[in-house]
Amino acid sequence: MKSIKKRWFSIALICFSIMLIIAGLYMGEWKAVWQKATTICLSCIGIG
Amino acid sequence: MQKIRWLCRFLFAFLANARIFVSSKYPIYRGTFKGICFPGLNCYSCPLATTACPIGALQNFLANLRVNFQIARYQLGLYVIGTLSLFGAIGGRFVCGWICPFGLIQGLIYRIPCPFRRWGLPRISRVMPFLVLFIMVFLLPILIVDSAGYGITWFCKYICPAGTLEAGIPLLSMEPMLRSNISWLFYNKLIILFIVLIGSWIVSRPFCRLLCPLGAIYGIFNKVSLFELQFDKGLCVKCGACANICPTGINFYEGVDDVNSVACIRCLKCMSVCPVGAIKFNIVSSSVNSSSNFILKNCS
Repeated sequence: MKSIKKRWFSIALICFSIMLIIAGLYMGEWKAVWQKATTICLSCIGIG
Repeated sequence: MQKIRWLCRFLFAFLANARIFVSSKYPIYRGTFKGICFPGLNCYSCPLATTACPIGALQNFLANLRVNFQIARYQLGLYVIGTLSLFGAIGGRFVCGWICPFGLIQGLIYRIPCPFRRWGLPRISRVMPFLVLFIMVFLLPILIVDSAGYGITWFCKYICPAGTLEAGIPLLSMEPMLRSNISWLFYNKLIILFIVLIGSWIVSRPFCRLLCPLGAIYGIFNKVSLFELQFDKGLCVKCGACANICPTGINFYEGVDDVNSVACIRCLKCMSVCPVGAIKFNIVSSSVNSSSNFILKNCS
């Protein structure tokens, strides 16, 4: 019984994650990630 | 199994850094794929990187949270959190063992023979990545902001050795203009990188075990992921091979740790080395058919 509950919880978590991704995409977060990732990150390279 | 794992790690490291086939005058790749979050730690400022780093992207959302809310742009980083949560919910920390390019670098260094491998890391050190995650990734970027309301990406700026190795060193070598701005910050990160690389030669995966916030996020999912490690106590012959080979020092055969401990990177080395097949990596099962259950049923 515990395993069945756990399996359903995992599946629910996967569905919830997909919903989060869709919500993020709807809010325009893909573009925000793209903008950050296509600019040289001075913090990452240690000079800013 | 382990040969497939090495192949898989090289393949993902290549996919995350496949810009070699794209020619551009700009120092880093600027194509469509850059909006996709790679599940492992791979700096997006690396000249070869084709995808985005999830930890950098997440910190960026948190650092800009106040300003975004002031202008009614409600971006909470759900896209990044959802991506990490999806990979975590499927396999927990399997990304660390099978996909992460920085894990691959540490693994390759650890293959160099070393005469000083006498010490492990204490169990208390497993708290460290969670502290780094909570303080450097979540708390400081949100709380400490400048007069305009912008925070900074603390983990990227002060710690991330992947950024120094994959982006800092190559870009500073290629771009003289950037080189003129080198300050103590860069040397600080260089020292951290040096310690991590030397540490990887002496101890297995020191960065993953002590500093990686991405591993901490995936670790939270280890106990609830769809795929999990299953240990059959009834079959175990207590040889200790699993504990000896574990790169993160987990000991579940004596009951010290849980088989799905937050530190487990799902490399499946324990499964490969077990002489009696007491360890399995399965989808969470509704029909448990193990010898231990068989023994328990017959004894009662």
